[in-house]
Amino acid sequence: MAKEDVLLLDFWVSPFCSRVKIALAEKGVAYQQRGEDIFGGKSELFLKSNPIYQKVPVLLHDGKPMCESTNIVQYIDETWPSPPLLPSSAYDRARARFWADFIDKKLFDAGGNIWKTKGEDQAAAKKELIQILKYLEGGLGDKDYFGGDSFGFVDIIAIPLTNWFFAYEKFGNFKVEEECPKFAAWTKRCLGRESVAKTLPDPQQVFEFVSMMRKMHGIE
Amino acid sequence: MAGEGVKLLGYWASPFALRVRSALKLKGIEYEYQEEDLGNKSPLLLQGNPVYKKVPVLLHNGKSISESLVILEYIDEVWKHNPLLPEDPYERARSRFWAKFVDEKCVPALVGVITKVGEELEKSAREAREHLKTLESGLDGKRCFGGTKIGFADVAIAWIAYWVRMEQEAFKIQLIDQQNMPLLAAWIDYVLEDPVMKEFMPPYDKLVKHTRDLREKLTAVVSN
Repeated sequence: MAKEDVLLLDFWVSPFCSRVKIALAEKGVAYQQRGEDIFGGKSELFLKSNPIYQKVPVLLHDGKPMCESTNIVQYIDETWPSPPLLPSSAYDRARARFWADFIDKKLFDAGGNIWKTKGEDQAAAKKELIQILKYLEGGLGDKDYFGGDSFGFVDIIAIPLTNWFFAYEKFGNFKVEEECPKFAAWTKRCLGRESVAKTLPDPQQVFEFVSMMRKMHGIE
Repeated sequence: MAGEGVKLLGYWASPFALRVRSALKLKGIEYEYQEEDLGNKSPLLLQGNPVYKKVPVLLHNGKSISESLVILEYIDEVWKHNPLLPEDPYERARSRFWAKFVDEKCVPALVGVITKVGEELEKSAREAREHLKTLESGLDGKRCFGGTKIGFADVAIAWIAYWVRMEQEAFKIQLIDQQNMPLLAAWIDYVLEDPVMKEFMPPYDKLVKHTRDLREKLTAVVSN
């Protein structure tokens, strides 16, 4: 497959971009990557490809742009069917889409509330994050991965967001492993996977990025 | 067509339940409908959707599915005739994008119209108009989001046609600008005339009253 067919507009620290990179790696799809400077000048291709949200990731396949990472991962699964990321039964697929939607609605914002606040607000934000993780533990059950025995769709949607947990833990002074050991075990399991380990940035670098964002927001 | 134990938990004024009813109708699936009292939710609802405790919930063969767009995809995968989603993966991505856009952008703006007054109301109405204008671009010059006939995105979005007209009348604001959004205005007319789409739209006057009451309740809370 020609590398030029697939282009990802990317920002290095974005967990949403990581989702797409992991999915492409799992499928063995070769692609080109272009880093967007989201704080500086946005490229013309970027603005043209995602005029509505003006966010990364944007995937261009044969020049056709797609945005919204969960949507893109589904597209990748449907375009390159092997190995499948979504389970085969309609009900299990519905469960997978439900958890992906839940993660999208809740997880990143809850984390953001931890590093953006202090005192009582931060305590409430921590509580909310733990509650969300407990729901996810319920979704995981006794399985190794959300889909069962194999790494798949929901794992890909969730795992990049855990890359920011080190930063939340440092600013919030808590440890996810102590509160949600099952979730922490799942995290370790996924991090052992090549596509994940090679994609996710060093959590220390993420922490430094979040520190910079805090300063920009005027939080000390 | 026998639904093999299909039951839908819904609420008459919920646009999300409306989506599911329209989809089931398009597929010709027989099902049992249970109207929920949102002030006193049934055990079936609480068990079926323990995370959000919201309608709609689809029960099928003893299993529960929640989140309306997830339910639409489930229906489309179990009952494969009259497909809602297109076959092409890129077109599927587009359909999903527009369905989500409505939930993420139009819903908060339309809710804002209900909960705000004065200048804030004008601001919400303006936001809603902007998002509706963006939504129009999703039509891509075609009659409906599905192309020539109603598809996944139309089913997901059709309720907007009804709600927007209702809010315009109830709160004396302009949301659809015939001149500025001619394609969307035409789509609204098309959808409101479609026998399947309009079958489950709630009774108009009842919805107007319900929304006005809701606004009174919510704006009273804010000012107190």
